[in-house]
Amino acid sequence: MSWSSVSEFFSMGGYGLYVWGSYIVTFICIAGEILLISNRRRTLEKQYGLIHGVNRKRDSK
Amino acid sequence: MAINWFKYSSPASFYFLAGKMIPIFVFAAVILLIAGLYVGFFVAPTDFQQGEAYRIIFIHVPAAWMSMFLYVVMAFWAGIGLAFNTRLSSMFATAIAPTGAMFTFIALWTGALWGKPMWGTWWVWDARLTSELILLFLYIGFMSLQAAIDDPRRADKAGAIIALVGVVNIPIIYFSVQWWNTLHQGASVSINQAPSMATTMLMGMLIMVLASWMYSIAVILKRARVIILERESHTAWVAELRKKGAEQ
Repeated sequence: MSWSSVSEFFSMGGYGLYVWGSYIVTFICIAGEILLISNRRRTLEKQYGLIHGVNRKRDSK
Repeated sequence: MAINWFKYSSPASFYFLAGKMIPIFVFAAVILLIAGLYVGFFVAPTDFQQGEAYRIIFIHVPAAWMSMFLYVVMAFWAGIGLAFNTRLSSMFATAIAPTGAMFTFIALWTGALWGKPMWGTWWVWDARLTSELILLFLYIGFMSLQAAIDDPRRADKAGAIIALVGVVNIPIIYFSVQWWNTLHQGASVSINQAPSMATTMLMGMLIMVLASWMYSIAVILKRARVIILERESHTAWVAELRKKGAEQ
């Protein structure tokens, strides 16, 4: 399946709205879920102080 | 050498086991996702009937399968937690619910976006669509019931009831296309007969199913660890972790 051009790829045979509408919402949900969990972990650490095994670089501030 | 099956049923030992396993599943999920999307968009041909719109199948079917499978797993752990009063089993059921609800929402959303060009409608009260919507309400019911009860142990028991009662909905969803034979098509992939799909399309879809498995395991283990920390914050081993964290 070779797409002749990038624009053809995004038009997705005229169904671009539906195909990309599905994929974008799916990735938003997945990214949202991952962020929610790390956010939940961070608020936990704010309450109880730092917990070993946390990514030092990201959480050092 | 007697295997101690219950070694990892204690929150502390499970916490560390899960911590070691998460990177493996994250890595597998990313690799499989890239492979699945590549096969789905650059290898699988155009469908003679649906043109390119069918490519939504690469997230619609994995999400729908995951939504059903995760509910069964959630009901299993909730049942074990209820029967054996094991805290970790109930924690795991609580950890599964949000991911299951997300996949149910994605299945409904991608189904509607696929239905609009192909059926001409976003939504119809079809047997499968309706039972999947009920599944979403069951997930939300499970999560909100557990959130409404302060004492975690009582919340586990209440959640277990909803999970176990709701599990009857899963075969209904699966067989709804045969029993009522309404708009949604029958299973193109099933255990007892050869799949009626082009191989590359099928390969793309199955790779995405595996990717969704790896993703779910990684995310659920990650959330389970946070739940364990929240619930076991009074214990010695969490205090130990905190001390080690502070020294670093």
